[in-house]
Amino acid sequence: MSDFLNISGLHARIDADGAPKEILRGVDLVIPPGEVHAIMGPNGSGKSTLSYVLAGREDYEVTSGSVSFKGQDLLAMEPEERAAAGVFLAFQAPIELPGVNNANFLRTAVNAVRRARGDAELDAVAFLKTVRAATKKLSMSDEMLKRNVNVGFSGGEKKRNEVLQMTMLQPSLAILDETDSGLDVDALRIVADGVNALRSPTFSALVITHHQRLLDYLNPDRVHVMARGRIVHSGGAELAKEIDVQGYASFLAEAA
Amino acid sequence: MNAIAPVGRSLAPFEARLDGIADPVRHAAVGELRRVGLPGPRVEAWRYTHLRPLAGHEFREAAASFDADVVGCALDEVLPRDGLLASTPRLVLVNGRFAPELSSPANGVALPEGVMFERFLASPEFDALATPEREPLVALNTALATDGVRLSVAEGAAVGRIVLVSVAFAGEETVSFHPRHSVSLGTGASLELIEVAVSSGNNASAVTYFHNPVLTCSVGEGAKLTHVKVQKEAAGATHLATVYANIATRGAYDSFTLGLGADLARHEVHARLSGAKAAVHVNGAQLLGEKQVGDITSVITHAAPDCISRQTIRNVLTDHARGVFQGKVHVHQIAQKTDGYQMNQALLLSPHAEIDAKPELEIYADDVKCSHGATVGALDDEQLFYLRSRGVPEAQARRILVEAFLLEVLDLHEDEAGRALLDTALGAALSLRIGREQILEQTAGEASE
Repeated sequence: MSDFLNISGLHARIDADGAPKEILRGVDLVIPPGEVHAIMGPNGSGKSTLSYVLAGREDYEVTSGSVSFKGQDLLAMEPEERAAAGVFLAFQAPIELPGVNNANFLRTAVNAVRRARGDAELDAVAFLKTVRAATKKLSMSDEMLKRNVNVGFSGGEKKRNEVLQMTMLQPSLAILDETDSGLDVDALRIVADGVNALRSPTFSALVITHHQRLLDYLNPDRVHVMARGRIVHSGGAELAKEIDVQGYASFLAEAA
Repeated sequence: MNAIAPVGRSLAPFEARLDGIADPVRHAAVGELRRVGLPGPRVEAWRYTHLRPLAGHEFREAAASFDADVVGCALDEVLPRDGLLASTPRLVLVNGRFAPELSSPANGVALPEGVMFERFLASPEFDALATPEREPLVALNTALATDGVRLSVAEGAAVGRIVLVSVAFAGEETVSFHPRHSVSLGTGASLELIEVAVSSGNNASAVTYFHNPVLTCSVGEGAKLTHVKVQKEAAGATHLATVYANIATRGAYDSFTLGLGADLARHEVHARLSGAKAAVHVNGAQLLGEKQVGDITSVITHAAPDCISRQTIRNVLTDHARGVFQGKVHVHQIAQKTDGYQMNQALLLSPHAEIDAKPELEIYADDVKCSHGATVGALDDEQLFYLRSRGVPEAQARRILVEAFLLEVLDLHEDEAGRALLDTALGAALSLRIGREQILEQTAGEASE
């Protein structure tokens, strides 16, 4: 049986002012179903790039390696196909969509994914019921649904809105790219609760973070250290505490 | 003739109808036309919009008869029987000729009290607001106008909405029509004028006709005229409209134009703020494809202090379409404390699409606030990726973003029925131009129940 998520020898580069710049230099990572993994690492080590490549952003070119997700070749799929297959990326800097109503956006996304998964679409009433229950859990006001997507949202509101989308889209693999950065303790707890509510034997998460605190709430199964475009060290939840105290220096030396 | 009018285009398409006009005003207009010709590219105001499509045709006067069923279908389509505008008083012109049997009160809806309605045909007098000596297209209208509507709203009367529909019914012949409309609001009066230009018949793309309306608006002290226009002429048509508005003290002319149809279209507004604290809005949007050319031109004159002018225009251009925006703001020396704003934005969805934008500010007062700006861009890759990463297929994501870009400017129009008309027309055009994917699901409307 194939693994849930299996990243193998992944190399990717981006066009930086005409010159290709290699950012991922052989990432190997396996996430079994039902597990929460964290990736930590210094700035510029390729964490966000990995999350974008997994979600299908086109400006990154995969030069070698493979990613299989539930037995499928993830890299061959369009971003919307990946979403339908269960991949969800919570953006580090959520994008503003002026003129697009947040509730309409959510319903369009939910129904696009439901259609692709062969589920019946939600009518307006059923959708509102579901979304209101979700916003309540996330301590979000209904007023946020009436605004344009992320426009005029505070940093915390944007992150909460990402978690709302995640809750509504019911992914089987959630990638959280520094969703905890810039959040106060209460907001952090809400994000963690959002992830924990999805936990099941068929749900996994890849959590990119700089901070120990989110991991306290999530209690990850594995923690990986990423440096210079590779996973250089892996361990249990205690690794995050170690990093919190010692920093990355020892792992960087190890990688070099 | 060429020796006399070296810069202009030939009047040949209309020549047969210009001879033997005796009425002195019309005769003067013909003289003016013969002197300058139709404007060519060397005329600054027509540098970006060329009247080439008119050449090579002979535009005849349209026959008075039409197929009532076909025209009725076109009316039902634009003003659905279950829609907000079904029971709104309407004035219908077919090929520029007023059709009383399709209009209020014959259709069962009375014109509101406080409105005086008269056909132009009944007493063909020309409003002094229009300037045929300066605008050749107005001169052409003056020479050839046969009909139109004239509305006068009594002092203090708030009469609500009136729909003015122009239906082109094209037969075998290539025709042109030049309706002459005028609207006049007394002190403190208000009116919402909803103007629609459509064509009838299924084979619309094969149809060539020329619609050349002139509308003059006189807005009295403290009066408010709201004017929304939807232009969806047949694909082969030429639509060249000129609006003149004079706005008295504390009066307001609030306009929105949506350009979707025609092969060549121009909506030209001359607005004069002639009394203190008057306001004018010339907002609009265009969604064009294929080889369409759409031009929104405005000349706003601040001739009194403390007035406000606002112009927000958004263009979405696909294929080989070309958009033009020319916005002139002229601030007289007396017009201190003028507050002017002008913004033209374009979304180019094809490497062959083009936008030409020309702001012109001419300011003689020293205490004014006048800003203008223009942006041009393609769809934002990050926004597209964000939508797709949430499962929305690419074509649908593109449409959502295009629609959002245009809805932001439609939001400037506040009248509910006018807005519904704009939304419906835009939705159909988006389906035609941007893709036939399912549109953004509407939740907000139902959420407010």
